[in-house]
Amino acid sequence: MRVILDNLDTFTMALGVTLLLSLLSFAGAFLVGAALAAARVSPVPPLRQAATLLTELFRNIPLVVLLFLLYFGIPKIDIRFSPFITAVIGMSLYTGAYMGETIRSGINSVAVGQAEAARSLGLGFGQVLGIVVLPQALRTVVQPIGNLFSAHAKNTAIAASISVKDLTYQANKLGQENAEAVTTLLAVGMVYVVLLLGAGYGFAVLERRTAIRR
Amino acid sequence: MSNRSTRRRTSLVAVLCTLVLLIAACGDKKDDKKTTAPAKAPTFTTGSTMAKIQKKGKLTVGIKFDQPLFGLRSATSGGFEGFDVEIAKLIAQGIFGKGGADKITYKETPSKIREDSITGGDVDIVIATYTINDKRKKVVDFAGPYFQAGQRIMVKSDNTDIKGVKDLNGKKVCSVTGSTSIDNIKAQAPKADISNPFDTYSKCGEELKNGRVDAVTTDDSILYGLVSQNKGELKVVGDAFTEEPYGIGLKKGDDAFRTFLNNRIEAIEKSGEWKKAYKDTVGKIRTTTPEPPKVDRY
Repeated sequence: MRVILDNLDTFTMALGVTLLLSLLSFAGAFLVGAALAAARVSPVPPLRQAATLLTELFRNIPLVVLLFLLYFGIPKIDIRFSPFITAVIGMSLYTGAYMGETIRSGINSVAVGQAEAARSLGLGFGQVLGIVVLPQALRTVVQPIGNLFSAHAKNTAIAASISVKDLTYQANKLGQENAEAVTTLLAVGMVYVVLLLGAGYGFAVLERRTAIRR
Repeated sequence: MSNRSTRRRTSLVAVLCTLVLLIAACGDKKDDKKTTAPAKAPTFTTGSTMAKIQKKGKLTVGIKFDQPLFGLRSATSGGFEGFDVEIAKLIAQGIFGKGGADKITYKETPSKIREDSITGGDVDIVIATYTINDKRKKVVDFAGPYFQAGQRIMVKSDNTDIKGVKDLNGKKVCSVTGSTSIDNIKAQAPKADISNPFDTYSKCGEELKNGRVDAVTTDDSILYGLVSQNKGELKVVGDAFTEEPYGIGLKKGDDAFRTFLNNRIEAIEKSGEWKKAYKDTVGKIRTTTPEPPKVDRY
């Protein structure tokens, strides 16, 4: 217990890093996912194919490998990002691939008549998607997106492997230095649980508010 | 298969065998001058660990499987190579006599499980870049040291401004989280930036190659291993600024066995076999051959 109390400020900082990384990269994942989903339902075949390729690529590489490649591989072409930025980029791409599939399933759940009606009013593809389809689609996938967030937030622990100083990193480090690895990991594990219970509650409220009554 | 072809094949094999034996014998003769391996297995006091191992017919040695130049399992042949492996072979020859090198069973003992492997009886001895220190002496006993490592600095081959530990002040340095190497560098170069440690030394090596850090520091034995894997890109500079004596770990309290191992180490150091083992392994990267360390019979 001492090791936690003595290093409370370090753990608080680490909590900040975990939160910031989770939120920033989830926002990034949302953008990536929306773009991928839009491309996959677009009428342009090359765009559809490219989006499918990227989805399968980022969904099927283990996150730890992806982060390793980004952090140690990209500098070979003389571009260097900090561990944190690398983690934000990597996790946006990784979760973005899942997000794209989730949003696409939402899009597919919107009745075809909606898009047809919008088109008959003279709206273009972007307008049909942005004004008519996506708002309805997103409301149906709030629950799976919440699910994705909890998986995503826990995945941020992998960023510790490229030395992002998040909760997991500090738990490992201080645990090793003080020979108290079980204590520190248990404490940090509990913090993740509390964090995600909160997030889960938030998404539950959001789901109730946005649910389409049928 | 006809009888005739079988016979022909047998004779061919026989000729080949003779040839191989001749070559092997010639090779042996050369080594005979230097080797301290007894031609026949020596007799030990009954009940001693040496006698037990001899009766079992095999010596189980804990080594690293992933430490280039010291204990490494070859990815292609599955065989073992490195300085620790050579020392293990020389110890085995002392127990079994000539040919003892073939009577070793190697087991992987990463740093975390070395003590447990000894106390639990999984291995007879551990030769795995195992630094002798007082904390470990409470749990196991050490023969040797058979090698003197020390903390040093590794930089890119084209680096000229880092020559010693003092030059690390104001530079970015990588080492492994929670290691004693980090504590040492904090003490010796307080202004060095070690804010970004990693969990393995190979990652530190990548950081160095990518130019995110200026130097990597830890035991030179590990650094030379990294240099051997990145030939031409990296180099080790400066003198060692700590002492890390590597010993052979054995069960605590087995004084007869420890004395035997110490005598064996002294014998191979005197005979030149130690130097040969060094030149064949670590010496491939580090060109100067040091004097073997003095055995510490504590």
